[in-house]
Formats: sequence, C-alpha cells, structure tokens
Amino acid sequence: MSQAMERYSYDVVVIGAGGAGLRAAVEARQAGLSVAIICKSLFGKAHTVMAEGGAAAAMGNVNDNDGWKVHFRDTMRGGKFLNNWRMAELHAKESPDRIWELESWGALFDRTKEGKISQRNFGGHEYPRLAHVGDRTGLELIRTMQQRIVALQQKDKKEFGDAEKFIKVFSELTITEILKEGDRVSGAYGYWRESGDEVLFESSAVVLATGGVGKSFKITSNSWEGTGDGHALALKAGSALVDMEFVQFHPTGMVWPPSVRGILVTESVRGDGGVLTNSEGRRFMFDYIPEVFKDKYADNEAEADRWYKDQNNNRRPPELLPRDEVARAINSEVKAGRGSPHGGVFLDVSSRLPAEEIKRRLPSMWHQFKELADVDITEEPMEVGPTCHYVMGGVKVDPDTAAAVGVEGLFAAGEVAGGMHGSNRLGGNSLSDLLVFGRRAGAGAAAYVKSLAQKPKVSDGEISRAKNRLNAPFSGTGGENPYTLHQELQNLTQDLVGIIRTESELTDAIVKLDSIRDRSTRVRADGGRAFNPGFHLALDLENMLLVSESIAKSALARKESRGGHTRDDYPKMDSEWRQYNHLSRWNGSKVEVAPEEALMLPKELLELFELDELKKYFTQGELAKGGM
Amino acid sequence: MSKKFNFRIWRGDSKSGDFKDVQVEVNEGEVVLDVIHRVQATQMSDLAVRWNCKAGKCGSCSMEINGKPRLACMTRMNSFEEGETVTVTPLRAFPVIRDLVTDVSYNYKKAMEVPAFEPPADLQPGEYRMAQVDVERSQEFRKCIECFLCQNTCHVIRDHEENKESFSGPRFFIRMAELDMHPLDTIKNRKQMAQEEHGLGMCNITKCCTEVCPEHIKITDNAIIPMKERVVDVKYDPLRWLGSKIRKKEGI
Repeated sequence: MSQAMERYSYDVVVIGAGGAGLRAAVEARQAGLSVAIICKSLFGKAHTVMAEGGAAAAMGNVNDNDGWKVHFRDTMRGGKFLNNWRMAELHAKESPDRIWELESWGALFDRTKEGKISQRNFGGHEYPRLAHVGDRTGLELIRTMQQRIVALQQKDKKEFGDAEKFIKVFSELTITEILKEGDRVSGAYGYWRESGDEVLFESSAVVLATGGVGKSFKITSNSWEGTGDGHALALKAGSALVDMEFVQFHPTGMVWPPSVRGILVTESVRGDGGVLTNSEGRRFMFDYIPEVFKDKYADNEAEADRWYKDQNNNRRPPELLPRDEVARAINSEVKAGRGSPHGGVFLDVSSRLPAEEIKRRLPSMWHQFKELADVDITEEPMEVGPTCHYVMGGVKVDPDTAAAVGVEGLFAAGEVAGGMHGSNRLGGNSLSDLLVFGRRAGAGAAAYVKSLAQKPKVSDGEISRAKNRLNAPFSGTGGENPYTLHQELQNLTQDLVGIIRTESELTDAIVKLDSIRDRSTRVRADGGRAFNPGFHLALDLENMLLVSESIAKSALARKESRGGHTRDDYPKMDSEWRQYNHLSRWNGSKVEVAPEEALMLPKELLELFELDELKKYFTQGELAKGGM
Repeated sequence: MSKKFNFRIWRGDSKSGDFKDVQVEVNEGEVVLDVIHRVQATQMSDLAVRWNCKAGKCGSCSMEINGKPRLACMTRMNSFEEGETVTVTPLRAFPVIRDLVTDVSYNYKKAMEVPAFEPPADLQPGEYRMAQVDVERSQEFRKCIECFLCQNTCHVIRDHEENKESFSGPRFFIRMAELDMHPLDTIKNRKQMAQEEHGLGMCNITKCCTEVCPEHIKITDNAIIPMKERVVDVKYDPLRWLGSKIRKKEGI
C-alpha cells in the first residue's frame, strides 16, 4: 500500500516558505547549519505574496518623530493591550534593521525625495510607517527572500561545489506529522504532493512558519494554503495555542461578483485618502469612533481631510481606525439597511485622487477591479465588506527565541505564532513580524541544535503512526467527500464563529464541529496518490477542524468584546478580561481551553503611556501596582 | 442566472492522456478557475490543478485556455459565448506531471544561474540612497509573479526542447535587466552574461512574451531590446571594442 519512503537528515526543518520561514532558514544557514525548507506549493508562491500595503518599521524616514516607542504604543493599542509586551517591544525595536537588510539583498522599495525608503500611512499607526512598493509589497518581500536563499545556495555551490549542501527547498511537499522522542522533536513526516510518496525528515529542530487558518472560513482573503497546518501540528505535538478567539476580519474585501468575494482590497486605499460611505452617501466612520480613541481621530470631515497634508496639527480620519473597529462599523451599516447593492459599503478613491495618481499608487487594485469586477476605481467607488484575513492567535512561544511551549525543539514564527498582536493586528505589522521573528526562530533553532549533546531518534512506532494517518483517506470504507465536508465547515464557521458571536451560536458550532469531525474519519479520496487534490484536502481537513474547534471554544470562554472577538451578548471590553489569555491544548480526542494569567507590562514600558489612557484598559488594582 | 458551458479538459500524465468533456454550470462573474474547482468538487475529485491566491498575484494557475497561455484565475467566463466549448490544457513548453500540472523546474534551475544582487561592499544597511526615478525601471521587472507564461509561449523553447540548455527565457532576461538597471548593483557585465551565457541572442523579438504577461511588463521593449542594443554597441563598435581591450573600465 504505502510507497518506498525517502529519508533525509537536516539540522533544522523549516515548514513553510513564506516570509517567516525563509527568514528563519537564512538565519539557521548563516549559523552554519543545514536546513530543509518545506513549501506546500511552488517556491515563491506562499501567501506572503498577497500582502499589499507594506511593512511597518519606525525608520522615521517621512516623519522623524517616529521611533520604536511610538510603534510599540500603537501596536499595544491596536491589540487592546493583550499583546505579549516583549514580542511587541522586540518587533518595534528590530523592524527597521530587518527592512534595511532586505535592501542589501536586492529589495527595491519606493523612495522618498531624499532617496530613502518611503513610508505610508496606515490604520492605527501614528506616523507614516509602512515601507512599500506600490500595493505589491508582499511580492517584493517574498521575491527578495527567495532570491536571498538562491544567493546563499550560489555561494555554497562556489565554495563546496554543491548548491544544496546546506539549504534544500522541498517544493510541493506537505508535512502531516511532527515526530518526537519523549518531549523532544526528532523529525517530521509528510508526502510529496506530486507523487503522493512519503518522506521522513530526521531533525532535532522544526520551525513552524505555516501562516494562517483563513480557509476554515467561507469568505476569506487567504489562499488554499491557509489551512492551519502549523497550528494543528503544534497542538498535536503537545504545545499550546494562545488566544485563538481573535480572528481578524479585514474590513475591506471585495463583495462582488460572488466568485471574488473576500479578495483583499488593501488598506492603502484608505491610507492614501479613500473614504467609506453608505448608501446615503454618508461618511459613516465618524459615527463609530470608540471612546478609547476619541482624542486621536477627527470628528469632522474638514479636519480629517486636512490631516493628509498636515499630520502634526490635525487628528486622523476615522477610516484609519484599527481594522476591528472598521470591520464592525461596516457590519453595522449593512445590518441597518444602509449597505451597497451587493451587501457591502462604498469605498471611494476616485473623487479623492487624480486617475493617474491612483494608478501609480494602487496599480494592482486598479487592475484587480478592472479585470475581475468591471469596475474602474478611478471613476467609481468600490463595493467592499469584511473578509477573514488573519488569525492573531497561534502557537505560544518564548518571545526571544520563538521556542514553542511544551515541546523542546519546536519553534514558531509569523502568523502561526500567537501573542505579538494581542486581540487585533495593525496593518503592516505582519510583514515586519515575519522578518523579526523569522530571524529569531532561525537563531533560536540553531542555538538549540548546537546545545544538544545527542540528536533525538526517530522510532519505528512514530513512523508507523504517521504512515497510518497519511494512508487513511485511501483505506477508509466510508464515503464522505472531502470537498463537501470542507464546504460545510466553512459555512458553519462563517455563520456561527464569524465576526459577531453569541453564546448560543458558539455552543451550537461546537456541537456541529464535533459531528463534522466524526464524519471526517470516514473521508475518502478517489483516484490515485499522484497530485490528487481530493487526497490533499482530506488531510488538510483535520487541521482546519482542530483550528476551528480551538477558535470556537476560546470564543465561548471569553465573555467580553475585544479586538478580533466581538460578542453580541457581551458587547463591552472589560478590564478584568485583559488579565487572561486562553490556552488551547489537545487532549488526544478534543481541544481543551483554559485561562492563563496574562502578563503585566514592566514599569518602563507602562510609563510610555499616559495614565488616563491606561485606565481604559487596566483595572485600578493593576495600575496601583505600577507595572511588573 | 447560471449558464451552461462545455469544458474540454486534458487529463493524463507524462505517459498518456486525453480530453474529457464535461458540462458545467457557470454563474455570473466567474472565472475559469471557479469552473475547474466546481468540476473538482462535483465530477472529478482528483483533477490536478495548481492554484494559490485566486487573485492574479501568485502566478500559480498558469495553463492554456483555448490554446492561449493564461492565468485561470484572471480569465473571465463572460469572455466566452454561452454554449461555447472551452478547452483547457497544461502549459505546452513544460513536461506534464498530471492533468493541468506541469514540471516547471526548468525555471528554478535557470534562476540559480543568474548571479545575485551584489551591493557595494562598504555600504551599510540603512545607508542606501536611491532616487525613485532610478528604481522605477527595475521595479517594473520586479512586478513579475513568476507565472512562467512568457517562458511557455516563447517559441525558442516552446517546441524546441533542445534550446532549453542554452536559453534562459524572457523571465530571466527581465531578471537580468532588473539587476543591470539596479542603481547599486556592482556586477558590471550582466548584459554580456545575458548574451553569452543565457542565450539573449536567440530571441528574435516577436514580443509573444510581452503579449501574454498578466502583469503587463514590457518584457521586449524595456528589457530585452535595451540589453541587446547595448551588447551590439560594444561588440561591433571597433573603437569601443578597442577601448574595452585597453582599459578594463566599466563592463557591459
């Protein structure tokens, strides 16, 4: 039944070839180690490619008032102070170096008049902060990292005669299992998508850089790869996921035509002057400025419009509130019957910028609407609505080394890791997150491998366990169709675990997820093993089910609304709840969620904020102690 | 609202294959990739197709639609007449793996042969200064999403497997042009490398690559022709030829 098994041995296996995975691989190679880079699709196609707006880094090229402290403050505010402060601090401090490093590897960002890297405005960022290339920054990032890997391979070829002596890219290969000896990682197991043949990697360190979970939802900006593989691998390996209830619905996805529903419309449209209006033509965001942000956002159109020219003397337009606020506002407008014809709202840049300027600043948006929706955004408004975009929750890691809790030798970076963004991620903080923590994960894994006296061994028992699971879709007798189950899962999460949640719906979701999981044990793949998408989906399905269960159970437990978690039955943010994170663990048959005390900021970071602002987020008791 | 279309889909592997006809419902606004997904979910669950973003940004779903190299995610169904037969085949210039999926490793091999960006040794990260106007030329080429449609359509290799050894193709000509025009790249003989090691001379400027580029990169006009002109300048101008022999100044 099962095929001959290929066997490889590497110091570090990096699962995922997006920004975080490639940055981790570069770091591990530079530490002198051998690295296997596993990509589920072709090299250079990872989801990072879809990032549009930019990478946030306080370089201060456009406004020299910017600096790491300002960036740190914005990140904590955006995450409603549930962020792991140490991650937010490292991120704010190290992002500029990570961006500059990309330039030395060949990246070509847009420039300021002085020839420095240009920076653009984005939601929640106090100053223009996003390094960008038009609206295709993710492509620039992934291509630069891809070319950096090639450059290192070229050097190895020159020096050792073998380009793949230290780094080998395994394209179109999916990992289905982390292997362990005791509590320590001993390898990874998976299959070539092309042939279906099985592959074993012996390795003491595995870096998870698998990205997000969006494909568990119906309306999403994520590609098929976002099936939560790393989240599920970590859970099953005995690590924990933190704060999985926080899912970011990007406020502006395309809503029409149906086949493109969910595709991202970059926040740069608003950063560059685009405004949101309802069917009555009203700029409704002025009606949705929350109390905590009242002193930072303009309450009238005149001031909001002046801000684009003079940011030091005006408050920001409310279209640039953090994403969770804007997504909820759009949702409310549509529910109140003031939506656009296809169930969204209007986003207009045509009346705000000259046509040529729009095409120069937002070329792929112009292209995307023109070709997919017959809409010319230089002449008419777009129709947009919320789309599942990003999961803030993820593997709980040590901030400095990116080591996953509970499993020695397991590391995680990028979207698959949790904590950095708290309850809501600011736009632009993802690309810089990938680089900062990708590098740290590579370094963390390298240090760990070097510290080991003996390499953990892969046992035959571990291999046969992995083999059995891989072969299940062909050996099952049941007739469940993977595509049907996936569709049912997506409808369920969209309807019951989506942007607005209630206790009864979440309870219902957990019951229904259980039933889909039960049926998924009888899922069957038709056809052979060679490049068989039905087989691939049958295996990905379990990951999406685990992730969805973790999200639903964490969401049920959190009885407040905060960031990417909105409860209709508990609509207010509650300082008592800021004191808790939720940890998801796998007990062998289901996901269990338990609260864990959240970290308090140390005194010196707490002092970066005004006391009046802190009072909105922390309890009096916490503030009386004055920080950690 | 839905319309019926006949799809002829090539199914098979490296050894054999044939067309399979299916009738499919098509809804408003759909693209060819939507239809292929519907066929997968309802009629051929093991139909092999590559795709990722479904938004024209990753360049994965390259195939030939009615004989034309296209991205399936950017080919609207309303560009066909109702009742029309839409024929879908794998890229012709690359070996078939299964159904619509081909082995594009040729491109990754060629990528490995282009020397990477080499910045000035004494320039520290953070100190790079470049004018927007100077980076724009290279930025055009960096829009490339590596869909390899240009490679697939280029007749130097489309029906001439034997040329692949010495010809890198349009995707890598724009990569070389990009580095050549990069304001801070220190490798000075990139055009010559393109000519001598990557087969630039084999291109006879039929512009097929430019026509199929989904990113509308002017591959021929902005990358290939300028490189060819400079190479020819130096190679055939006797004075410059002599100059290059006497002084090892700036290469080409």
